Amino acid sequence: MKKILAILMVLCLMLPAFAVAEDMPVVKIGVFEPASGDSGAGGKQEMLGMQYANKIAPTVTIGDTEYKVELVYADNGSSTDKAPTAAAELVNQQVSVVLGSYGSGVSIAGSRNFADAGIPAIGVTCTNPQVTLGNTHYFRICFLDPFQGTVLANYAYKELGAQVAYCLAELGNDYDTGLTYYFQQAFEALGGMVISETFPTGTSDFTSYINNATGYGAGVFFAPCSLAYSTLIVDQAADLNVNFALMGGDTWDSNMVLEAATGTNLNILVSTFYQEGGNPEFDNGFKAWLNEDAEALTNNGGNDIIAAVSVMGYDAYFTALEALKAAGSTDSKAVNTALWNVTLEGVSGKIAFDEIGDAIRDTAYIKSVNTATGAWDFVAVQGVN
Amino acid sequence: MFNTVFPYLLTGISVGGQYALIAIGYTMVYGILRLINFAHGDVFMVAGIVMVYLNASGIPLWLSIVLTLLITVAIGFSIERIAYKPLRSAPRMSIMISAIGVSYTLQNLVLYITGGLNQFYPKIPFISNSVTIFGASTKMVTLVTPVLTVILVVALVMLINHTKIGMAMRAVSKDFETSQLMGIKINSVISTTFIIGSFLAAVGSMLYFTNYNTVIQTSGAMPGLKAFVAAVFGGIGSIPGAVVGAFVIGICENIIKGLDIILFKAGITTQNLGLATFSDAFTFALLIVILIVKPTGLFGEKTTDKV
Amino acid sequence: MRTKKINSSTLWSALVIALVYVGVFIAEQSLPSTSMLFTVLKKGATYALVAVSMNLLNGFTGLFSLGQAGFMLIGAYTYAILTIPVADRMNVYQYYAGGLVQFAMPVIPALIVAGLVAAVFAFLIGLPVLRLKSDYLAIATLGFAEIIRAIFQWNKLGALTNGSNILREFPTFNDFNIVNAEGEVVVYLSTTIPFLIAGVCIAIIVLLINSTYGRSLRAVKDDEVAAEAMGINLAHHKQLSFCVSSFFAGIGGAMLAMYQSTIQAKAFTSAMTYEILLIVVIGGIGSITGSCLASFLFVACSEWWLRFLDQKQMIGDFEVPLLRNGFRLVVFSIIIMIVVLFFRQGIMGTKELPDLFGRKKNLKREVKA
Repeated sequence: MKKILAILMVLCLMLPAFAVAEDMPVVKIGVFEPASGDSGAGGKQEMLGMQYANKIAPTVTIGDTEYKVELVYADNGSSTDKAPTAAAELVNQQVSVVLGSYGSGVSIAGSRNFADAGIPAIGVTCTNPQVTLGNTHYFRICFLDPFQGTVLANYAYKELGAQVAYCLAELGNDYDTGLTYYFQQAFEALGGMVISETFPTGTSDFTSYINNATGYGAGVFFAPCSLAYSTLIVDQAADLNVNFALMGGDTWDSNMVLEAATGTNLNILVSTFYQEGGNPEFDNGFKAWLNEDAEALTNNGGNDIIAAVSVMGYDAYFTALEALKAAGSTDSKAVNTALWNVTLEGVSGKIAFDEIGDAIRDTAYIKSVNTATGAWDFVAVQGVN
Repeated sequence: MFNTVFPYLLTGISVGGQYALIAIGYTMVYGILRLINFAHGDVFMVAGIVMVYLNASGIPLWLSIVLTLLITVAIGFSIERIAYKPLRSAPRMSIMISAIGVSYTLQNLVLYITGGLNQFYPKIPFISNSVTIFGASTKMVTLVTPVLTVILVVALVMLINHTKIGMAMRAVSKDFETSQLMGIKINSVISTTFIIGSFLAAVGSMLYFTNYNTVIQTSGAMPGLKAFVAAVFGGIGSIPGAVVGAFVIGICENIIKGLDIILFKAGITTQNLGLATFSDAFTFALLIVILIVKPTGLFGEKTTDKV
Repeated sequence: MRTKKINSSTLWSALVIALVYVGVFIAEQSLPSTSMLFTVLKKGATYALVAVSMNLLNGFTGLFSLGQAGFMLIGAYTYAILTIPVADRMNVYQYYAGGLVQFAMPVIPALIVAGLVAAVFAFLIGLPVLRLKSDYLAIATLGFAEIIRAIFQWNKLGALTNGSNILREFPTFNDFNIVNAEGEVVVYLSTTIPFLIAGVCIAIIVLLINSTYGRSLRAVKDDEVAAEAMGINLAHHKQLSFCVSSFFAGIGGAMLAMYQSTIQAKAFTSAMTYEILLIVVIGGIGSITGSCLASFLFVACSEWWLRFLDQKQMIGDFEVPLLRNGFRLVVFSIIIMIVVLFFRQGIMGTKELPDLFGRKKNLKREVKA
């Protein structure tokens, strides 16, 4: 019995992975995204954009040869300790360029692996400045936290008239911590008061934190955390009948937040990269694709409301294609050099990189939840001022 | 002052009740097998996932509740038969490692099935409703939990003290080998223990996830660990001890979360110290203090309470 | 007692170990550095050290401690805090104005300090905790690991620990590669060096185990009362074993930091301790060789060999069912369960490398099943 078991186990381990023979040469693009963990839902929505883009443009002409574009996935598990191995896996697969990730912490954690292998990475929605600062291989197509935090603080102070803001961030999540930090700086500069607290990973009971905000007399509750937590916060805030506005960053722009908020009397505001309706051609195509593909629809949370992160994923894919074309080769170092000068008219706006590798962007969309219809209402396009 | 503290107290009692239902499973198994059943927290989580999937299949809610209870009990029973029974004569460390292995397996299975995403727990009418009590708004489940916990615990204590199987359980926990010699069917006693433990964990999961409405593969880890600490705190093997421990821990951890504002309002501090960071750590600090001062826990000495 | 004379099995073992090192070095020079093999080897070497340190405690002294992740955290943080280049501190400690520490140490001294700090913490924790027995000790050490994690995440200590935020930019394994003026790698050392560090540390542990102290520790494990009656100072020996184990867990944590290139306190959860405990069990409780082998197998299975289970695979036109993200871990946990249930002795039982070459077992070390 034991021997047979042992042999079986060894056989299982020996099972080789079958390679598929292709006629067309293949260029590999690494997808470094969380497919599980707290940011899994957001990561999947971001991947949807890339998958849709891959369906629209399955090939790319580099030099004179047409290449088939293959997306190679590595799940970074939303955690900074799994990210390096996931990154190593992509490096091992010899991808030409990497897209991702959703979440700044995992991007920073995987960064060194890409740098050592000379592979450029295009950050999609990681907004922490540290992702691109001080290196030459990490790029980013979205706006940054200092910008986003300021925009939200301005809106909270000037439009909502809040004097006291309560900020809540997940312990050890660079995205949360960064965004609340810049929000606090801007809000205090305007003359407001900020209470900042953190919760440990895996928390599911937010009532005490919400009670804290009520106790401090907060006018706005700013909690730019992962989707897993934001839905809980929305739900529990509704139960506690809070009288302050809830505010979130780009992670809150998801149909799951909509779902949790529908039928409540909450006032929820988020800042984001894209407002549905901005590009009808993309919207319609994307929705049609979602409705065709059952798995994609499930990954989008069961309906076809477009998440801004999907749009960003889509734009990132085409940015990568542009870079490959400009490089004229699949060599990752050439792609890295070419990326600096890539410009693209993306669905979410014009994309061009500055000397740090960040996208040059100066607008964010602010939207609110219509709790009666369960849709996003457009509120404002907001700049720093 | 009361108005400031009250909401935290309310949440604490509710959380404590949920911990208590899990803690009983730990304490009973430990009482009989001397095993820290690390997988118990995950059984609790699996109960939540089962409920999510049953509800999604479209059957009536009452039926999914009943089925969830049955399936969880079946899972608890099978875990004992598959992973612990073959190791009965092995060193205790082996069984504990088997428990860790089961915990790992359950988490990974759920990760695979759910794709690692949060699952939304169905709303159970009545206990999902909002109520306002002394000016603090909360869910009905907050009020239901402690009452239900107390009822279940009283029923369990009656079972242990006044039935034949209860007597067998008490005997086994006193002396494993002797009771075997006396003709007690050890295996059925152990199975019963696991069935009761899993049943209570399933009830606990319904109350817990109604409150927090999302389930993910790691949802069971922290409540499980805290419930275990509660069991040790109260004196492992003692059911009333586990319940008292659970309420103490539930209340303390929520007070800690609000400690900054309580101190602030009371005029003791003028700035936010970030003490909420220690809400989890405090549980363990409490545990270590009690272990050092009274190594067998609050109610540990009264062997008559042991299951 | 074992004879001091060097016998043939010891020589063979030394040869095998030497061959492994030469093999690693050659592989590193000849294979592409991006290969997953090296990721596995680096992480494997790190885990091997931590597993051996845990084995020293659980397998050789009989102290059931679950605090390993906490001591690794201390080691990792100490190493990172001490070695981040001063120029990068402004960026890393972005919310704390560059942080408190404004100097950077070389790697090897920092590693030793990392171990020492972990050992000091272990000494302090050990004073109250080591009086507890078996399960209570386990749960108390687990609790301490959680408390340590919370303290390191407290933002009031942010100037030192960067709060709960990521620490990075410290030297990693890849920085051991020797590069020429153009930045091209001349000699790859990024895998050999972790092997050397882990090897030296494990050798020290082996020496300790085979010393008089080691025999006393084993006596403590077998029977505390008898050991005390024989004149062994229980508290002293337990404390020694606990501190030594934590010292090497600290170095292991620092190596993990070097492997990951970034660290964060929230990753050092009890799940990490469980993982290491599983490695110890799979390798065989009480076998250093087993812990080392199991680390590499464990890491290779979880990170590399089973990866294909996470992706859709086609055999001809047939799509293999069940394969999607997460399946790897399911298969992996089932393998672990099989090992735990059916191969209770683990890979090596209590055997060591020389035993495989026919060394006579002079010490009665069989586990009473």
